[in-house]
Amino acid sequence: MSIPEPIILIDQLYKEIIKDIDINTCLIGIPNGGHLILNELKKKIKLDINYGLIDCSFYRDDHDESGLKVRERTTSINFNVEGKKIILIDDVFYTGRTIRAAMNELFDFGRPKEIKLFVLIDRKMNQLPIQPDFSSCKINVPYHEYIDLIHEDEKLIFRSRKI
Amino acid sequence: MSNIKTTKEDNFQHLLSTEGMSKELIIKIFDIAETFLKPGKHDVKKVPLLRGKTVCNLFFENSTRTRTTFEIAAKRLSADVINLDISSSSQSKGESIIDTINNLIAMSANIFVIRHPESGMPKYIASNVSKDVHIINAGDGNNSHPTQGLLDAFTIRKYKKKFSGLKVAIVGDIKHSRVAKSEMHTLSILGVSEIRLVGPKIFMPDDIDPTKFQEFNDMKAGISDVDVVMMLRIQKERMQQEIIPSEKKYFESFGLTTELLKNAKKDAIVMHPGPINRGVEIQTEVADSSQSVILAQVTFGIAIRMAVMTMLIYKKI
Repeated sequence: MSIPEPIILIDQLYKEIIKDIDINTCLIGIPNGGHLILNELKKKIKLDINYGLIDCSFYRDDHDESGLKVRERTTSINFNVEGKKIILIDDVFYTGRTIRAAMNELFDFGRPKEIKLFVLIDRKMNQLPIQPDFSSCKINVPYHEYIDLIHEDEKLIFRSRKI
Repeated sequence: MSNIKTTKEDNFQHLLSTEGMSKELIIKIFDIAETFLKPGKHDVKKVPLLRGKTVCNLFFENSTRTRTTFEIAAKRLSADVINLDISSSSQSKGESIIDTINNLIAMSANIFVIRHPESGMPKYIASNVSKDVHIINAGDGNNSHPTQGLLDAFTIRKYKKKFSGLKVAIVGDIKHSRVAKSEMHTLSILGVSEIRLVGPKIFMPDDIDPTKFQEFNDMKAGISDVDVVMMLRIQKERMQQEIIPSEKKYFESFGLTTELLKNAKKDAIVMHPGPINRGVEIQTEVADSSQSVILAQVTFGIAIRMAVMTMLIYKKI
């Protein structure tokens, strides 16, 4: 299964996002992939909007299976989310559980006006009634294959692993 | 005393002592604790990690700070908390404590935070509970107070960023202090270059390992050029036992004053596990100075206790 270059997918995401944003919009990335995408988007977006990160590890439902990880990047939302238009950014949409956890955490910061989800890849394997509002591409990947966006040798690449 | 099943990281069932812990496990506790500092600053300070779990604070000895920080830590993790104050006189030793514990387990308690005047009691309880029950020692006799030792070392990491190359002085009644013992183990495991034990001869343990610790019976020499001064509380009962002559006399020789602190490094930090006896082991001006990190220790204590409780429940770390 070939996946387009991340930078091409990020460009498609950017083109979709600029149709949707105004000064009331906040872009919140989900580490680590979402954080890398935000870094690229920040270079392109000229509007002065708020950016943040939502780690959501504490809100996940799979600690019994996967354990508690020590994370490099933790939640950082240094603005009031009350009444804001939030766009969550992630690299790969898989089961929907990360997004559920992210939304639960987000509501502990306040009540946004709306939340949207933009991702680079939709694996179309959601286990919850949650779907991205935009994905740069849709692909079918076997269940036990894990894909994420990483920064390696000074460029963004998709890494694929068996889980 | 060694921990039961704490040396293997994937089998962290109880926290009974800092003795015998691996450096990797301590660093992991610190790294997890680091991530808990942020939610403490949010409007909603809770995270749902221990939702549905029950933490039972079982204190057979008085405590304000330790019990409160354990309670706050558990509540911030969304656990249900039960506080039981049991005076040790109302309990006969051994079996009746196990009976109390078993009754609480029957009420589905998952974690017991235990303080007891008798050394070894948390270990005894830990050896009598099933695998899915976790014991945290919150201070036993003059034996151990592991979360205090961990939070003190975590405080040092926050301010000094590393452990190698540091000179640390622990000042006071080393012999009778469970806090000192837990600090000594933790700092030694983490590779602090020089750990000094400072106090009158009568407060020094009989079996100091000279390869790990240096004894100083003079305060000025003991804190000279150190990066960290860790003060210990002088227990009033020691005065009553006439082990030391008077508070005033003790303060003159081993009380930390602004003048004495000038002998430490310029950026040295001053720590104290609390409650502080102003004018006995520490001068008010020092306790309230910019070098004092005593209140930061309390805040960090919550994060450390959150990390320990979470890691006990979620085995894979």
